Parts: sequence; structure tokens; C-alpha cells
Amino acid sequence: MLEVKGLSKSFGGFRAVSDVDLAVAEGEIAAVIGPNGAGKSTLFNLITGHLQPTAGRVLVDGRDITGVAPYRICGMGMGRSFQRTNIFPRLTVLENVQAAFLIHRGQGPNFWSRSERLYRADCEALLASIGLAGQARTTAGTLSYGNQKQLELGIALASDPKILLLDEPTAGMSASETHESIALLERIARQRGLTLLFTEHDMAVVFSIAQKIAVLHQGRIIAHGDPATVRADAEVRRVYLGDH
Amino acid sequence: MKTNDLASRIPWTLVVFLVALVVPWLGSRYNTFLATQIAISGLFAVSLNLLLGTTGLVSFGHVAYFGIGAYVCGILMKTYAMPFSIALPAAALGAAFASLVFGFFCVRLTRIYFAMLSLAFSQIIWAIAYKWNDVTGGDQGLPDVPYPDLDWMNSIPLLGDLRIAGQFYVVTLVVVGLSLAAMRRIINSPFGRMLTTIRENAERASAIGVDVRRYELAAFVVAGGFAGIAGALFGIFSRGVFSDYVFWPKSAEVMIMTILGGIDHFWGPVVGAATLVLLNQETTSYTEYWSFVLGTILLVLLFAFPGGIVGGLSAGFAWLRRKRRGAAGPETGSAEVATVEVKRA
Repeated sequence: MLEVKGLSKSFGGFRAVSDVDLAVAEGEIAAVIGPNGAGKSTLFNLITGHLQPTAGRVLVDGRDITGVAPYRICGMGMGRSFQRTNIFPRLTVLENVQAAFLIHRGQGPNFWSRSERLYRADCEALLASIGLAGQARTTAGTLSYGNQKQLELGIALASDPKILLLDEPTAGMSASETHESIALLERIARQRGLTLLFTEHDMAVVFSIAQKIAVLHQGRIIAHGDPATVRADAEVRRVYLGDH
Repeated sequence: MKTNDLASRIPWTLVVFLVALVVPWLGSRYNTFLATQIAISGLFAVSLNLLLGTTGLVSFGHVAYFGIGAYVCGILMKTYAMPFSIALPAAALGAAFASLVFGFFCVRLTRIYFAMLSLAFSQIIWAIAYKWNDVTGGDQGLPDVPYPDLDWMNSIPLLGDLRIAGQFYVVTLVVVGLSLAAMRRIINSPFGRMLTTIRENAERASAIGVDVRRYELAAFVVAGGFAGIAGALFGIFSRGVFSDYVFWPKSAEVMIMTILGGIDHFWGPVVGAATLVLLNQETTSYTEYWSFVLGTILLVLLFAFPGGIVGGLSAGFAWLRRKRRGAAGPETGSAEVATVEVKRA
């Protein structure tokens, strides 16, 4: 589904990501973990076209998407969420997901229909599935942090992605919010047969849902495999997990 | 909520349009003159707000497209004796085409650089208008742009009673009304929604698949085209096209109108245009220090209404509605209404 080959990125003399290989199979839930500054966000930005790699390739379904502009990548079936919450704050919750439906279904250049009425049913169904049905008319910026993250997921889902990249989906959440949103993610991924690649700080979260884990350290993958293998890896324990 | 107000059922837009339409029959040439100026400035300000309020683009050079519209229409009608029905669309197309060319470069820059480049282009247009004597009349301008041929109106009962300025006002109001309706439609369309996503969060917009630059350019072209229509009307209204129509203070003026009225509401710029035109006239007739008085009034208005006049009013109404629905009894509610209404009067 997603293949990353020899991906590298240097900022000046600093190699933020260095020769990373990664493969995520269809329907798989995979995580990239690593200490702060390991290069996780850079890796994501390289995959989604927000940064141009210095070397290496990114393939989705065997199709080379290296260096393709972010707005095109979305149409190729890859959705993403950001580490900082990224919604349209002064639009309503409904208008947020509606915008994503409109552009995804080719309505963007339509300057004559009334957008308000388009895809209402789809929007409402989507909002219900992410647990925001009751807040359709709320201004998005006034939602709680956890709800904004849910909405962000909703915006990404409206483009009907096959693969979803989530950069720290539970960052800044309380323990209960974390728990809820992970349950939500897992359920939606199963329902839609989504391929999921995410980064995360919370090891409990990672080991509870990821089927595959790659550990990034100083821009390099130092271990990858199923949770048990990664947990047992001596190098990983030394640099990251600690001995416990 | 929706059914409780009779006010929300009245088609206010139509009411305002009809009231405005009556102005020339009231007999005052001066009022017709002011009303024409307000209608044209209102259209110009709304076209700017398509960039400012809807897309979040700050253009300091919007007057360029107003000026191009004025020159295209003026030159066609005066030099080539073309009818208004050809000159007006030509003005819109000319302005839209110029927006396409200049906008192509502008949207490649962001924020303050976008603003500066748009200003630079408008100064180029000004320089051309000022120097190209053979076509634009240079610093002498293009005086005596004719009125459109409105003789057909003379056979229509009420319209026939009006002087040509009054008849042209009716034409202006219809053109402005149709243009505003079209822009409102565009803003509420899927295309318009894409523009608001760019304003709200350009990074996110591109992540859902919006080609930000292309949509910004499209907005720039549409806004430029409508500014061109406003310019064409203005050239005829003021009986000539002169190079200071494209000089940068005009860009500042339309921006003041837009912000003063409120950029978050479709009608904000129209209210701002009306306010500025009237303030301008009033203060000029009372004192020679009008720009000082005007500046002070603007300062107070901008501080009192950070969301512009319309933003301030709608916040006020929302507050009232909450009060009414809240625990306070009906008496206090209506007393509150009364005080606020007094304040506004």
C-alpha cells in the first residue's frame, strides 16, 4: 500500500531523515515512534509532499508520488492530520467536513450552486460516525480540543482516503480523551478497511493498536516489526523505551 | 429561533433596493448624486471584500481594476462611440484580464508581499494612464465621457419624468444590484466555500485537495472584473476618467470602506461605503478640516466596532437575543431593547 524507499532529508548539514525504508500493507495499522526530534514529523511531511526529499522515493499502490504537491496527493487516496490541530476555525463543524466533500467530489469550480445544501446526508452520516452529530452547527474553533481532533479526522475521512497519516493523533489530550479517540480510530479503520500510519508519544496507545511498529532514532530506523519484536529489541530499550 | 422573528422573513435586500430606487423621484439632484456614488462605491467595496473577507487576501492595488474598467468603458464610449451595452461588458472583461495577468504573479507571494506587489501593479497602471496621452489623455484625463443612450426610457411613464442623471442612476442601481446578486451567489457556492477554507487555513485547504494558488487567482479575477464594472459606471457618473482614479489613495479609500463596514458580512462593505461617502460629504460642507474630522470619526468607529459597523450591530443583536431568551423577565428584556435602540438613534 505505502512504500518508502531510501528516503532522506537534509536541512543544511543536518540530516533530519536518513535513508528510511518503510512498508505498510493494505489495512494495516502501523506506528512510527521515537524520541523528540527523531524526525517523525519530517518523515510525515516528506510522505505527504509538504517537504521535498533530498533522496529516496514514496510509492502509494506502486505509484510514485515523490515530490507531488500536497493538494494532489489528497486525490490519490492519502489523507492526513496534523500535529497542531488543523481545522477551519470560523466555519461550522458541518461546513468543515462539507468543504472536504465538495472539493473531493469535483465541486470546487462550481460557482453557482448553493453549497449549503450539497451532500448534507453524507456530512451528517460522517459526523455521526465520529461522534460529532450533535455539534454540526457549532463554530469549529469553539470545540474542545479533543473534539477538534475528532473533527480533523472527519475532514480527512471526507476525502475517502485509502491510507491515513496521523501525526500524534492524541497529543495534548487527557487520558480519557486519548482512550476515546483511539477507540474511535480503531473502529473507523476497521469499518473502512483503512490503512493507518501514525506517530505517537503514548506507548500504551501504540502497543494497544499498532500491528507494526518502526522506531526512528536520529533520523534512522533502528528497529521495526510487530510490537513484541520491537519491545524486545535491545537497541530500542537502550535509546528509547528504557528498562521497564 | 428561525420562526420567532418577523424581521427574518422580510426580504430586506429587496426592500433596500426598492427604497434606493425611489431616490431620483424625490426631486433632489444632490441626493441622486450621493445615491449613485454610494451604489458604485458599494459595488467596488464588495468586490474588494471577495479578496479581503472571503479569501483572506489583502490587495492594496484593487483600484487598478476599477481604473481599467473606467478607462476601457470611457475610451470605447467617447473615442469609438460604442454603445454602453458593449462598453460595460468590455470594461469587466478588460479588468478581469488584467487581474489574470497581474494576479498570476501576485498569488505566488504571500501576505505583505502579495499586498506590496498588488500595489506595485496598480502604480504601473497609474503611470500608464498618466503618461499615455494618445489613449488615456494623460494628466488631462478623458473628459466628457457621454451618458449611455437612454432615450428609450422617455417613453416609459415614470422613467420618462427623470433627468438623464436620474435615469443613469436607475441603470447604475440595476447593474450594481445584479452584480451584487452574482457575487453573493458566488460566495455561497462550493467555489466560495473553497475560498473561505483558504482564508481559514491554507495549509489544511491544500491537504483536502484545494489548489490554493489557482483558487486565489480565480478570486482575484472575479474581484477584478466586478471592480471593472464599478469603474465603468463611475467614469460615466463623474463625466470623465482621470488618472487619479487609479492612484493609490483610492485603494486605501475602498479598503477603509470595506473594513469600516465589516469584512465578515456580505453587506458590510456597502454599509461602509455609504457611511464614508456620507461622512465625507457632511464634514466637507461644515468644515475645511474635513480630513481631520473624518479621521477622528473613523478612529472612533474602528475602535468601537472592531468587526466593522455590521459586525458590531450583529454582535449587539445576538446579545439582545440571548438577553431575551435568558432568565430576565419580559419587562427587562424590552427595556433593554429600548435603551439600545435609543443609543443607535
